[in-house]
Amino acid sequence: MDELKKIQSNFEEKFQNVKSKDDLQNIKTEFFGKNGQITLQFKTLGSLQPEKRKEFASNLNKIKGDLNDKIELKNSEIENIEINKKLKNENIDVTLPIRPYHQGKIHPVSQVIDEISSIFSEIGFSVAEGPDVESEYNNFTALNTPEDHPARDMHDTFYLEKNKKLLLRTHTSPVQIRSMINGKPPFKIIVPGRTYRCDSDQTHAPMFHQLEGLHIDKNITMGHLKGCLDYFIKEFFEVKNVKMRFRPSHFPFTEPSAEVDIGYKIENEKIIIGEGNKWLEILGCGMVHPNVLKNVKVDPRKYQGFAFGMGIDRLAMLKYGINDLRAFFETDYRWLNHFGFDPLDVPTNYRGLSK
Amino acid sequence: MIITLPWLKEHLKTKANQNEIIDKLTNIGLEVEGAKESSGELSVFKIAKILKTEKHPNADKLKVCDVSVGGRETFKVVCGAPNARDGLITIYAPPGAIIPKTKFKLKIAKIRGVESRGMLCSENELNLSNESDGIIELKNKESEIGKSYFKKKSEQVIDISITPNRADCLGIRGIARDLSSSGVGKLIPLKKKKFKQSSEHLIKTSITKDPHQGCLSFGSCYIKDISNKQSPDWLKNKILALGLKPISAVVDITNYVMFDLNRPLHAYDADKIDEEIIVRDSKEGEEFEALDSKKYKLKKGMCVIADKSSILGLGGIIGGTKTSTEFETKNILLESAYFLPSSIRKTARDLTIDTDAKYRFERGIDPNSIIEGLEIATELILNICGGKASKFIISGKSFQKNKIIKFEISKFENLIGIPISINESQKILSSLGFKCKQGKKELKVEIPSWRPDINLDVDLIEELIRIKGFKNIKLIEPERKREHETLNFKQKLFHLSQRSFASKGYLETVTWSFTDSKIDKQFSKGEKEIQILNPISSDLDVLRRSIFSNLSIHLKKNQDRGYEDLSLFEIGPTFYGKNPGEQQIVVGAVKSGKIARKSWIEKERNIDVFDIKSDVIKTLIELGISEHNLIVSDNTKQCYHPGRSGSINLKSEKGPLLAYFGEIHPAIIKRLDFKEPNVYGLEIFIKNIPEPNKKIRQTKKSFQASDFQKSERDFAFVIDKVYKIGSLEKIIREIDNSLIQDVTTFDVYEGEKIPKDKKSVAISVTLQSKDKTLSEKDLDQISKKIIDVVKDKTGATIRS
Repeated sequence: MDELKKIQSNFEEKFQNVKSKDDLQNIKTEFFGKNGQITLQFKTLGSLQPEKRKEFASNLNKIKGDLNDKIELKNSEIENIEINKKLKNENIDVTLPIRPYHQGKIHPVSQVIDEISSIFSEIGFSVAEGPDVESEYNNFTALNTPEDHPARDMHDTFYLEKNKKLLLRTHTSPVQIRSMINGKPPFKIIVPGRTYRCDSDQTHAPMFHQLEGLHIDKNITMGHLKGCLDYFIKEFFEVKNVKMRFRPSHFPFTEPSAEVDIGYKIENEKIIIGEGNKWLEILGCGMVHPNVLKNVKVDPRKYQGFAFGMGIDRLAMLKYGINDLRAFFETDYRWLNHFGFDPLDVPTNYRGLSK
Repeated sequence: MIITLPWLKEHLKTKANQNEIIDKLTNIGLEVEGAKESSGELSVFKIAKILKTEKHPNADKLKVCDVSVGGRETFKVVCGAPNARDGLITIYAPPGAIIPKTKFKLKIAKIRGVESRGMLCSENELNLSNESDGIIELKNKESEIGKSYFKKKSEQVIDISITPNRADCLGIRGIARDLSSSGVGKLIPLKKKKFKQSSEHLIKTSITKDPHQGCLSFGSCYIKDISNKQSPDWLKNKILALGLKPISAVVDITNYVMFDLNRPLHAYDADKIDEEIIVRDSKEGEEFEALDSKKYKLKKGMCVIADKSSILGLGGIIGGTKTSTEFETKNILLESAYFLPSSIRKTARDLTIDTDAKYRFERGIDPNSIIEGLEIATELILNICGGKASKFIISGKSFQKNKIIKFEISKFENLIGIPISINESQKILSSLGFKCKQGKKELKVEIPSWRPDINLDVDLIEELIRIKGFKNIKLIEPERKREHETLNFKQKLFHLSQRSFASKGYLETVTWSFTDSKIDKQFSKGEKEIQILNPISSDLDVLRRSIFSNLSIHLKKNQDRGYEDLSLFEIGPTFYGKNPGEQQIVVGAVKSGKIARKSWIEKERNIDVFDIKSDVIKTLIELGISEHNLIVSDNTKQCYHPGRSGSINLKSEKGPLLAYFGEIHPAIIKRLDFKEPNVYGLEIFIKNIPEPNKKIRQTKKSFQASDFQKSERDFAFVIDKVYKIGSLEKIIREIDNSLIQDVTTFDVYEGEKIPKDKKSVAISVTLQSKDKTLSEKDLDQISKKIIDVVKDKTGATIRS
């Protein structure tokens, strides 16, 4: 027993002077090495009488445990000191810039098309498409706009052929014709797409984007049209209430036809949609003309419905405060960066249309 | 269409004020574009006296005049009129005034070095007459110097945008009728004629039976012994309010009736007509001089009004100079006719003429208004110019029968969603001039002749709801129900590629589908150019055959702005033919400049082909194609650098072409004069990406991971320099699909110790078995197999 106490105090004495990992290793060898003081004590166990042996062994194990713990503790203390010492010399100025990267952006027209698609998806519309080059028949005649109709003057048309049979579509409405002639009612589609008119000034671009909507079924009335547009405008502009007015107008392919204005006001040079005393024309619509239905072999006595068309670029301008239409198509790096959208901002109904 | 309130009130008895009327007009479909003063602020035109004139120091024909408008101040005005002289009283327009004739706003300007404050006006400039030889000379106006020349304040005009279907509202009376129907006042009946028609009609008129005959009726009145003159003020003011120029009483009256009743008329100097009027088809090449002072060469089959010897006018479009009326004209033939809209439109389009009469006839004039027009105009001419009128003679159809539409009232509710009673329907339609006979559930409606736009029952429904008010339609909430997918497969790919490229640092752009043929030619050889016949400018003259045409134009513009390190992409159509559908959606991207330009941490380097290849491969994988199905080869096309570009096909080199990528051909870069010549591009062809017939959840295998250790073995092969490393990797990969998990090249070396026509390729192969830990022996076996197979298939040796 005395022997053990001696070893222990011997250990304590030496342990106090441990400063480094090397010191620690030395002390480890001295006590637990092959001929270490503790190791040697274990070797004496065999020569002890059985009743003494048990007690001695128990004490010896306890001391061994205690000393080991102390060494372990010291070890981590020393390691900590050493790491901290090392880290002191590892200073980096983290305010330096990160590795160069480029932030990609989605064009506002694409973003708005995605927003629109998401909104109409909720009420069951599917997206349809058609070619940019159209026949004169699909673009005009089938839409109840025969050759000598003065409404044709309102479309400054790009032609590809002298006989004017091929043209760049002046609106997305020919996709109504294509969709209906190739399918069977009911029809419930929206058509976002490029449209063309040979007109170019501050507020007109020779190419722009339109959104066409078509819903044909039994018993679709102008009340449904009103409801659909009211829903769309509220969702798109993300407002609870929108002042909206239908104004009689004329399109050859709808009867009755209407233009839709929404209320707005200007506050701090920003446009506020939905309230105020000013009116802004935002789309044209109406009940599909029976002649159009006849032209696509849909029986107007059984089926009826509405169609609408609006300018996508204009919607984008209104919602996101963009002033210049022509800038949409000029690919100015600075403009794209300024008005573009983060690719991860995918408009969805559960995560919200826009940030 | 321009109206003034007082004029409107000649047809409409109403107490409504201007704002109420404007609101109502808009609500019934006659959209008010604006309300403004007729021709600028006329009150600023002052009666003035020239105190002194001096010769302009720098110009022989100009004078510098000191002008007084009564006060102490005088204004120096430079004037070129020969009659400008000391003491002359004339009309002065100050800076800021808008000249009625030219609509030009005056500014203080230096004319040949001398400042001119305003201008002295001719009658022509003020739309008072055609007199433009000198400035106006006023007599006995000494006492009125400083006062406004135009006594009455200029009138407020309302500008209404009339839709093409509403020809009847191209006359003020039509607008009054619509307003009365909507409850704003009462339509005042037209006055009965009060003149005698006793003199003889001296000109025979006839309409030939030519094949294209565009004239159905030709009505006329012969008025003799008139004395044509300037119109009285009330008439002049009306003509001015319309923005037109008063000419003479006869001409002003025909214009007035046209705008008042939507009834175009024409007056001929009867003494200049050679014997008779023949309305006929023109012959090919016939010529005539019109009142716009232009000579027109006609095509065959245009509707002309002619006499025995020549053409007098294009029916319903424009008159000719030969028989035009003058102040001296004594006898006139007044025409009121009906021309077919299609005929008018064709002629006007072929000759590119636009006139107020043409605008009205092509939209449809009331065919039964011939007599009414003759009566009103004749009465006015007799009152103003005197003379004696003949009986009216109408060649051709004198009357057209009105259409009848049977209208089931229930159809209104079926289409609009709210009911209307038969009585309300009848009331509205009657107020618009329709004659209705009531049945039990239907109306028999007779369509007035001035409404050629009404043909079907839906047209009547529109009339009813237009007047009843759209605001009364009850809104039906849409059902939130979806039966079909919103997007199809290709549309999803379109959407996904946008997000995919933007997330790789590219900016999305949208450019026009047309482009500059000179640029387009650089990128597209082979396909035929698709020209636009009427481009807005010569550098936007073709449909783009390549997605690079516009991208490169805009990339260059941005480089010129100083942005050289740029990544742009566009997804849109390119065209390979001019027929509908000969187009495809292409994802196009360009990347130029350097990576890490001026970075403190990264090494600056040029963008290279592996940057663009990486973007195209990653995107194709994101679009749903497995990497091992992307077969890269150096098949390329002419717009790329032949040695630094490639293509990607699906599953084999002959599979569907998915993409091209590479450096843009240096010759193109040079021709386009890029500031930063290091430009790379890629194209992905969406249509060639096949739609999988199964969803991922149906094709995904169950998860199996090997718990046994994996090993790596590296090989250095010496192989022909031209051998494609992609093929080498593929050969190794296919040696043992179950053991070989990955094959990757980590070094390519050419030079010392390697034969000139060879290269050394270091490849690391990852090996792992599903069943056991591979022993040294197993690894040696497979390694040997790899070396043997590679040697056998490629002739490569292992580098020692």
